[in-house]
Amino acid sequence: MMNGAQYLLRFLERKGVDLVFGYPGGKVIPLYDVLAGSKLRHVLARHEQGAVHAAEGYAEASGKPGVCFATSGPGATNLVTGIADAHQDSVPLFLVTGQVGLGDLGRDAFQEADITGIATPVTKNTYLIQESRQMPDVLEEAWQVMTTGRPGPVLVDIPSDIFVGQSDFPEPGTRILTRKIPMKHRLMKNLPTIVDRINQAKRPLILAGGGVVISGVRNELLQLMEKMNIPAANTLKGKGACPETHPLSLGMAGMHGRAAANLAMKNCDLLLAVGARFSDRVTGNPKKFLPDAFVVHVDLDIAELGKNIPADIGVAGDARTFLNTLLNRPELKRNPETDAWIQQIQQWEAEFPDDGGGDYEGVKSQAVIREAARQAGPTAVVVTDVGQHQMFVAQHYPLDAPRDFITSGGLGTMGFGLPAAAGAAFGRPGENVLLFVGDGGFQMTVQELAVLREHDLPVKIFLMNNGVLGMVYQWQALFYKENYSQTVFGHNPDFVKLAEAYDIPAFRLDQPDQIAPVIRRALDQAGPALIDCRIDPRELVLPMVPAGGTLEDMMGRWRGETHISRISGE
Amino acid sequence: MRHTLAVLVENSPGVLSHVAGLFARRGYNIESLVVGETEDRTISRITLVVEGDERVLEQVSKQLNKQVDVIKVNDITEDETVDRQLLLIRVSADQSNRQEILQIVEIFRCRIVDIGRRSLIVEATGDEAKIEAVIKSLRPFGIQELVCTGKVAMVRGSK
Ligand SMILES: Cc1ncc(C[n+]2csc(CCOP(=O)(O)OP(=O)(O)O)c2C)c(N)n1
Ligand SMILES: [Mg+2]
Repeated sequence: MMNGAQYLLRFLERKGVDLVFGYPGGKVIPLYDVLAGSKLRHVLARHEQGAVHAAEGYAEASGKPGVCFATSGPGATNLVTGIADAHQDSVPLFLVTGQVGLGDLGRDAFQEADITGIATPVTKNTYLIQESRQMPDVLEEAWQVMTTGRPGPVLVDIPSDIFVGQSDFPEPGTRILTRKIPMKHRLMKNLPTIVDRINQAKRPLILAGGGVVISGVRNELLQLMEKMNIPAANTLKGKGACPETHPLSLGMAGMHGRAAANLAMKNCDLLLAVGARFSDRVTGNPKKFLPDAFVVHVDLDIAELGKNIPADIGVAGDARTFLNTLLNRPELKRNPETDAWIQQIQQWEAEFPDDGGGDYEGVKSQAVIREAARQAGPTAVVVTDVGQHQMFVAQHYPLDAPRDFITSGGLGTMGFGLPAAAGAAFGRPGENVLLFVGDGGFQMTVQELAVLREHDLPVKIFLMNNGVLGMVYQWQALFYKENYSQTVFGHNPDFVKLAEAYDIPAFRLDQPDQIAPVIRRALDQAGPALIDCRIDPRELVLPMVPAGGTLEDMMGRWRGETHISRISGE
Repeated sequence: MRHTLAVLVENSPGVLSHVAGLFARRGYNIESLVVGETEDRTISRITLVVEGDERVLEQVSKQLNKQVDVIKVNDITEDETVDRQLLLIRVSADQSNRQEILQIVEIFRCRIVDIGRRSLIVEATGDEAKIEAVIKSLRPFGIQELVCTGKVAMVRGSK
């Protein structure tokens, strides 16, 4: 006999969980009461949103599921942003919320919220436990659902009397998942056609998405690239999926993609998309995207095939199986005509180099990011918040390994960065974590600085402080006649003093010649450190394809000009 | 185009809201929906009629299939099926026209299931065409109340 809370902790231990993020409250006191008797380590966040983003950062950095506890009502609703974020970015999260007692359900009891109802559209599944003896089956199923196929969040809502109720819990049976009949896949049927198309393609291109990171097929992808002379662009979540320092890697494509990557997309005759979901941030106007290409779309989630972009061949399946099968095909032969394509791309790279920033005095984001990358070396995890700084990092921080880049992609959640960086530090002990965060997003979850200090986490915060909500400010500059409505902060705190209040060493960076030494000092700290980087608010992320636009609309400071124009010259 | 989906689901609480919610969130209107137990009482079958183009329906079917409590989704629009709806209809009736109504009931092989002083309740089962015809024929007498189930459908056996 044990109580429900003990059973839950046993269950998590059995699943190999050793770390949980969370925040207590009335309905989970029984759970926290028995925590000390388990092998689990609990990290107390300073807000449930912090706990859930930390669990996400942990999961993305370590490749293991993130686990998060919260109390009923406001505790549970505070999780919602993080749950939706994990859902969009396919992050496996196991969320446990306390609920009011069974007898109080549906009576608007104190701190009651229908969290399973609220979370249904943003989870893979939710469960409300109504009897102690359901615990084994429900927990087992929830765990399976979270990890099977495309990963994502699951939520188990547990009424307080189930936590305290004693029971001898039965062995878990296999519940409903065994009955599910998967949709028919055309997994390998089309392989001969795919091989043929790749062999014949003169201008082939790979688009690597977050699925490549999740399925860990960096090496297989690289083999294919090298064997067949196929260049690869990546999505935001696919950053690090193929080594960005490799000559065949073009970096990020899409709205703020690199010019050569976007031009390659526009001109390719074959696109092999692996684990990418063709978000509108990649495609722009989907009707005018990929005018000439034969599209092969590989995704674990069959519902992604044909969702945003019609695929000529859709392959529903695991990227590893697909790539290995492909690579083992003896008919796969490198097409010599691809050489001209690679040359063409190199020409674009030379003609349209990365934007180094506008004609302003002062510290430039691009320079800070490049110097940070240079000093941090290859063994660091890079985390961002959401905004201009995020795009600058995606463009200018070259990354070679999957799981080294953690960012809120699909939902674009400001406030994600700081807690996710804390989680990443737990997930990758011994490695430095570099957090790039805007002055806006930083203030959304700034309370989690306490977690960095409490656990002495080596998170180096690059506060990209431009005094504005930069990304929105940029849209207002370009598309709203410089009507900077509500995007300029009338007051910002002294971030150096703020960090110091948490006992975190902090440095101000406002001179370009100080970039290297200040970064050195921050990296030399054993634990956390903050650099308040003073950035010009007028800086723009370029290139930029306006929302819903096409690649001809890509705006930038082209060919050394200081003014912004479209790449087509119009 | 109108599609008929036969969806096998776990007979568990919340499954209907999962299925219905999926359509609602994508802005598709469900024209009709019938749920009931199957030969296996732990499995229910939902028969759904929805309007939408091919691509949209394919997408919704795939999303439905991703739901944990959905076992299988079949689009049976193109299949040879037996379809039935059940209609209850209260028509105004008095001595003068009762006979005429009874004749119609006879022709369509419906049934009178209640006789009031000024009305009759007629029960009809059949496919959509028949149900429409019954309603049309009874309309001139004055329809006081009408209730109709959604369609249930079963694919015909191979011949
Ligand atoms: C929670 C949330 N609210 C609002 C937005 C809209 N938004 C996107 S970027 C941005 C500006 C971010 O400003 P800051 O954090 O200072 O970063 P910067 O763009 O200046 O680098 C805003 C408001 C968002 N993405 N997330
Ligand atoms: Mg800012």
